[in-house]
Amino acid sequence: MSAATLHLLLAAAMFCIGLAGALCRRNAILVLIGIELMLNAANLNFLTFWKYGPQPQPLDGPVFVLFSVAIAAAEAAVGLALIIAIHRRYRTTQLEEISRLRG
Amino acid sequence: MPPEPVLSLAFAIVAGLVLGGSVAAVSCRNRVHAGLFLAVALVGLALVFLRMGAEFLGFIQILVYVGAVAVLIVFAILLTRGSDSAHERRSNAPGIGIGLAVLLWGVLAWGILHRSPGAIATPSPPPSMAVRDLGERLLREELLPLQTVGLLLTAALIGAALIALPEPGISPRPSGSHGSAGTETPPSSPT
Repeated sequence: MSAATLHLLLAAAMFCIGLAGALCRRNAILVLIGIELMLNAANLNFLTFWKYGPQPQPLDGPVFVLFSVAIAAAEAAVGLALIIAIHRRYRTTQLEEISRLRG
Repeated sequence: MPPEPVLSLAFAIVAGLVLGGSVAAVSCRNRVHAGLFLAVALVGLALVFLRMGAEFLGFIQILVYVGAVAVLIVFAILLTRGSDSAHERRSNAPGIGIGLAVLLWGVLAWGILHRSPGAIATPSPPPSMAVRDLGERLLREELLPLQTVGLLLTAALIGAALIALPEPGISPRPSGSHGSAGTETPPSSPT
């Protein structure tokens, strides 16, 4: 089992843990935590294929990871601002109680 | 391959940190603890990056994720804690989500272990990352995406502040703009 395999298995496990969290939790912030874990697993995959890939284009993986980190930071800021605004209006962050848009 | 064994003790420790922190972050019932366990998992991932030779990205990971995103999540948990019950109720059917995740991991692991042998081979010169090369690449070939990301971060900063501003006449709590302070810091850090 090579180092690339180990890193890919680790990234897959991290992604699936984040997916389970995003599917099972009922609090909006905890769902966001699961999404952050999935984004980080994708970053680990980028770096694994950069490090152990067959034709290493110089610095392709790190550039991808840099842009991904910047976009994830923006996503977290906007998502948490939305959660704070929803909490101010509905006094809850439980997802099943925020059902005003349900038809 | 470097002379060190593939499954070294260091990799086992950092992988345990990542997986243990992730599991605790999604399964902990106390929300503040969940946010702090997320920080533990992200520190572990930064250590994985450092071991892979991507030092700059490891430190970026600590600066942006641990220093900004995890702290911001803990702030949001603390700000929204008052009204809900202290402990979250369990999901109706957590088995479905967990089963889906386990199934997906099984499929991914099968694919990773049964890939064609030449798909991933360690290149003869292992790639290294010099920050100087990364900077030149970003400022020459990737200049337009870099500027676009800067624009995106500015828009996210303004949008987060606008969304979190208290609307007049809605907030029943008299204490004013306590939501916008925490959301303004993280987008500026990666630029």
